[in-house]
Amino acid sequence: MPTFVYMTRCDGCGHCVDICPSDIMHIDKTYRRAYNIEPNMCWECYSCVKACPQNAIDARGYADFAPLGHSVRVLREEKKGTISWKLKFRDGREKNFESPIRTTDWGTIKGPAEYPAPRPEDFAKQELAHEPEALNTNKGLPALRRDQLKQGLV
Amino acid sequence: MGLFGGRKTVSVDADILVIGGGMAGCGATYESRYWGRDLKIVCVEKANIERSGAVAQGLYAINCYMGMQWGENQPEDHVRYARNDLMGLVREDLGYDIARHVDSTVHKFEEWGLPIMRDPKTGRYQREGKWQIMIHGESYKPIVAEAARKAATEVYNRIMVTHLLMDSSRKNRVGGAVGFNVRTGDFYVFRAKAVIVSAGGASHIFKPRAVGEGMGRTWYAPWSSASAYALPIQVGAKMTQMENRIVLTRFKDGYGPVGAYFLHLKTYTQNGYGEEYEKRWYEDTKALVGDYIDRHPVPTCLRNHAILREVAAGRGPIRMVTKEAFQDPHKETVGWENFLGMTIGQAVVWASQNIDPKFINPELTTSEPYVMGSHATCSGAWASGPEDYAPSEYQWGYNRMMTVDGLFGAGDTIGGTAHKFSSGSFTEGRIAAKAAVKYVMEKGKEQPQVSEKEVRDLEKTIYQPLENYRVGRNEIVAGTVSPSYLLPIHGLQRLEKIMDEYVGGISTNYMTNGVLLQRGLELLAMMKEDMEHMGAEDLHQLQRTWELHHRLLASESVTQHTLFREETRWPGYYYRGDHMKLDDANWHCFTLSQYDRQSGKWAMEKAPVYHIID
Repeated sequence: MPTFVYMTRCDGCGHCVDICPSDIMHIDKTYRRAYNIEPNMCWECYSCVKACPQNAIDARGYADFAPLGHSVRVLREEKKGTISWKLKFRDGREKNFESPIRTTDWGTIKGPAEYPAPRPEDFAKQELAHEPEALNTNKGLPALRRDQLKQGLV
Repeated sequence: MGLFGGRKTVSVDADILVIGGGMAGCGATYESRYWGRDLKIVCVEKANIERSGAVAQGLYAINCYMGMQWGENQPEDHVRYARNDLMGLVREDLGYDIARHVDSTVHKFEEWGLPIMRDPKTGRYQREGKWQIMIHGESYKPIVAEAARKAATEVYNRIMVTHLLMDSSRKNRVGGAVGFNVRTGDFYVFRAKAVIVSAGGASHIFKPRAVGEGMGRTWYAPWSSASAYALPIQVGAKMTQMENRIVLTRFKDGYGPVGAYFLHLKTYTQNGYGEEYEKRWYEDTKALVGDYIDRHPVPTCLRNHAILREVAAGRGPIRMVTKEAFQDPHKETVGWENFLGMTIGQAVVWASQNIDPKFINPELTTSEPYVMGSHATCSGAWASGPEDYAPSEYQWGYNRMMTVDGLFGAGDTIGGTAHKFSSGSFTEGRIAAKAAVKYVMEKGKEQPQVSEKEVRDLEKTIYQPLENYRVGRNEIVAGTVSPSYLLPIHGLQRLEKIMDEYVGGISTNYMTNGVLLQRGLELLAMMKEDMEHMGAEDLHQLQRTWELHHRLLASESVTQHTLFREETRWPGYYYRGDHMKLDDANWHCFTLSQYDRQSGKWAMEKAPVYHIID
């Protein structure tokens, strides 16, 4: 379903323009508000809908196979760590869902340079960062022997 | 904007350049910093890494997790699974390498804040199937992007990389990349000691089933524009298994995923008359592929094959039987949240058509073909294997280095490694990055030299479509029809039609043959000539033009590979009508190609398949 923007809600902030993976949310030069310039390259990923601070963006099912009268609305609350959905069917039935989106505070990931630097001898080994500990096995990193790989049919 | 008027050139020198900030690119960026503490690590992305790549929308499952900590699976088990699903042909050295590392990646994701569901009885990750674990992954990509941003020296968003640069001082060594900023129009020249290509595979090279407004509702993201392939192909990197396109059985119109439905909800398929149909095609399939049909689980392509045969016999549509499972409220919630977490459009299709799977068994369909390297398919670049055990024919120095010196790849870019999915792509990015850091430390004193003339020539080529439009537009009153230029959408639709009709798309029921492929190549060659006449009205259309260039080159590669492999290895993905049977005697091998950009010629060869022997 391609997205569209409600004229009275959009304030032209450009969050949708920044986030759209398909580069199809642009600011209209006359109205200074956002719109979908290329609906047939919209994946209906809802990145713009979720990012809009004004709830100005909605989606209408693709005209070539989606009958009118439905809606799928979303509210993504980063601080609360949840996403909520409201589906409305063409015949009026509704369904509601809520899911967690993150278990830690935003911005708290420890960057790779905050860990102790690898030792020179670690470069010659096959272990990646945080291994073998992060495998949680106490067995070390698995490996094959060269003679375990052979040509032929199996 | 004129061809050179008012445009800045921005030069960026880096030690490691990561092209594409999706799952693989974020993994590469993270790991580059871990090993290369003092290196300049630059990640460049066509969109915004916060929501880019195939995981932009989120995911509801991680499809590649061993569970070694609980003894659930070992890496060699995953290799056997991928081998079986791809009809015998995968790079088992590379697949094993991903599988042995992938658990540590997933454990990091959980530590970073990705909500992974747990089985309330065992406390282990909730399994959807043998390899899949279930997540609340709406913010999967933003979480992974946060880790990448903390690792990169610089992240450049909204840069469309168009070409790789080669080192002018050393033969067959990469030197960097060029591209343009799709907002400002500035020309970007990146010089780097090592380059990791982690761009996207290819949607929209075959005509999609939806042709109007809905053409963007492809299974794979419409922004996956084959840069994963075109960038290495242009500089002569060898490619493998490019014929191994994938066709997906998915819910009709929205292409909503079926994995959780089959594996977790235990739903199943039947024909339009409520009958089981797969067994009916057992002998038919066996006649084509022999005992590959007897393997478990039944390979993805062969399940497609049964659907195609049943529908062609007039007993469609194929439906997913959901009515039983959806009586359980928990399963009903999982069924819906599965879509909302990764394919919202399917929820919209069902809401719009009043399809409640509790009361209606929804239709399935087979998609148009896609070319990518991380799902149940393995097209991509031919890469060097892990140092500790790869056979000598698979090894030339650094893990995940292509046949071009200093050029590494991960995710959709690397061929032969099916079933890596999101977690495996991130993991492969990590593997490539550690090797790239080693490469820079060992060979990096020799800073690549980039020819100023090559850069200026490329600049002219890159921006020419703006000039074509500016000049040509004056010839006509208004509208889209010009005698002197084609718009990107014109080119895209021509490409999709050629591939569809000649290379095995939906309109021929995935059928092609040598004659059709030869004709397809002739038409692609004419299209390549026409690409000099592309017109771009603005920078957005210029991006679309370069995406089309990438799709076209990848399509040519797909067609060459499909012509070369004279058998039908994957019925249900495509058929060679002139060679309908699987032929292990002659084609139990990888297909390799190398493109020569001077002559435009493709050199094809076979490479051996090594299996893990127990």
